[in-house]
Amino acid sequence: MENRIDRKFFDLKKKNKKALACFVTSCDPSLELSEKIINSLPNYGADIIEVGIPFSDPMADGPTIQRSSLRAINSKSSISKTFKIIKNFRKKDKITPIILMGYFNPIFQFGLNKFFSQGKSVGIDGIIIVDLPPEEDNLIKEQTQDNNIYNIRLIAPTTSKERIKRISDSSKGFLYYVSVMGITGTKKPSINSVKKSVISIKKLSSLPVLVGFGIDSYEQIKKLNNFSDGCVVGSAIIKIIENAVQKKLNHQRILDNIKNFLKKLKKNDNL
Amino acid sequence: MKSKNRKINFHKFPDKFGRFGKFGGRFVAETLMPLLLEVEREYEKAKKSKTFINQLNYYFKNYIGRPSPLYFAERLSKKLNNSKIYFKRDELNHTGAHKINNCIGQILLAKRMGKKRIVAETGAGQHGLATATVCALFNLKCIVYMGATDIERQAPNVFKMKLLGAEIKPVTSGTATLKDAMNEALRDWVSNVTDTFYVIGTVAGPHPYPMMVRDFQSVIGKETKQQIIKAESRLPDLLLACIGGGSNALGLFYPFLNETSVKIIGVEAAGKGINTNKHAASLSKGKPGFLHGNYTYLLQDNDGQIIDAHSISAGLDYPGIGPEHSWLKETGRVQYFSSKDNEALNAFKLCCNLEGIIPALEPAHALAFLLKYKKNLTKNTIVVMNMCGRGDKDIFAISKNLGVDL
Repeated sequence: MENRIDRKFFDLKKKNKKALACFVTSCDPSLELSEKIINSLPNYGADIIEVGIPFSDPMADGPTIQRSSLRAINSKSSISKTFKIIKNFRKKDKITPIILMGYFNPIFQFGLNKFFSQGKSVGIDGIIIVDLPPEEDNLIKEQTQDNNIYNIRLIAPTTSKERIKRISDSSKGFLYYVSVMGITGTKKPSINSVKKSVISIKKLSSLPVLVGFGIDSYEQIKKLNNFSDGCVVGSAIIKIIENAVQKKLNHQRILDNIKNFLKKLKKNDNL
Repeated sequence: MKSKNRKINFHKFPDKFGRFGKFGGRFVAETLMPLLLEVEREYEKAKKSKTFINQLNYYFKNYIGRPSPLYFAERLSKKLNNSKIYFKRDELNHTGAHKINNCIGQILLAKRMGKKRIVAETGAGQHGLATATVCALFNLKCIVYMGATDIERQAPNVFKMKLLGAEIKPVTSGTATLKDAMNEALRDWVSNVTDTFYVIGTVAGPHPYPMMVRDFQSVIGKETKQQIIKAESRLPDLLLACIGGGSNALGLFYPFLNETSVKIIGVEAAGKGINTNKHAASLSKGKPGFLHGNYTYLLQDNDGQIIDAHSISAGLDYPGIGPEHSWLKETGRVQYFSSKDNEALNAFKLCCNLEGIIPALEPAHALAFLLKYKKNLTKNTIVVMNMCGRGDKDIFAISKNLGVDL
């Protein structure tokens, strides 16, 4: 059974393009607007969509995504609502891969079997569980395999070569390289050290490597795409949503702001 | 239950994955994994190093003032059916609580690893204070994360930490409480990997922390065992301690876990009552889940979002519990009960009047349970309760409750 993630990377490669993955938190600031944003992202240039499952204690995230999670929780987010958003998305879009990203506790409390089987039926292609290290793979191995949902893993600047190998061997789809020592949306990555790391990961793995954390400009993406297979943008999009919520902008204005930002990121540059 | 327990050697846990039965483990982001593996490796080496053990014992004795006395609480015993109630006096330690046992251990380890900067989380401020103290002693930079509301509530400890040279970072993220302070400290750690060590204050967090903190705190139980045998020529019938994250309790319990004749009870904070939404009784009212890197009982809603704990005692105000306690509960080896805010306050007053000891609100919860447990005590019952902290830090909170303006 084919997975949309593989298909996407295959297509991009054929066109000699790099991937732009966009992260937004489900139900931030509301189910209705969140659904509109997610539905619009492919038109604005997103090749892959990462949908965050809100958690009260997002240990690996910076203040922007923390606040985003809280807004979502306050708007009564739930995994069922997230699934509903994705189910509607899939009615219109059958090619853009959707990856759910979150922490283990909400998924575990929802029920692992139920989570992955429902996830498959609404059209999820991958999962990133931030706080589930490869040592604990067995907890979700069967469910991910049975439902053809790829378990996508993070590699950090501190990850040793042995671990990279091990992580790569147990991953599918792509590897997510964390470009900075730290949390999301705070520091800016040093292009040279990221380059070194990505090159050494590529020596150990045949999977595509996306770079994320602290990315918010065309200039960064252009440089990073020289050696990676694409970039992930998260906090920068969430900031636009947050800003718009504070200014009480209407939905169309918020969508326009996200669209303009993503257009600027790509500069119609075939990135 | 007893026959089941006899088969378990409680001193063989955690396993190599950091599991106590199904609890514990290491559920963290990849950014943290290499750090934790390094801490584990270095701790295993240190444990076997004579120099490390000698250093630890030296500071335990000369800086903390160990061994702490095992005191026979005569008037209290009389009141409780002429039983024999002993207090393990860890409130007499330098800085006023058991917390410093662990800080000395972890910071000696951090020094061995060549770390120059220490981060810690604190709720009531006792762990922050102990960390700041030991950092001053060893000339290390100290950053303490503390919930913004706790900073207001615990002004004396904040002032003391600053005197000792620590930098206090107010935490406003999430719900701005102890759990958020822990999130912030973890975030700091991953952002400053090379020079920084994270000193966790309780038997929670990812492996190896629950094991390491328990080991350092076990000095409490080891001393107690020797002292009670000297005083009574036998082991106690009952051990009793309060539980927030559970480090003072495990410190006392651990050396006795394989002694099946010893009954062991942990007391959680019931706040305004465990059937209200204002309590901190994770074991009685929570369910297992994943937070701060381990699988344990947590206060959470149906969606798996963590719920804030409540207790009059800021030191018990944590929505989780050390994973080893979750396991000890499920095996039945330790029983867990709870005491409410007002019961703790009454026990606090009783302890002041009967024994001339001003206890912290945390052990006052354990004492409150003992008062409720009176009908089970007889002339021959020997009880050891961990008096894990003194009440200096609580006088403002208590005076407010008693309607006295300080």
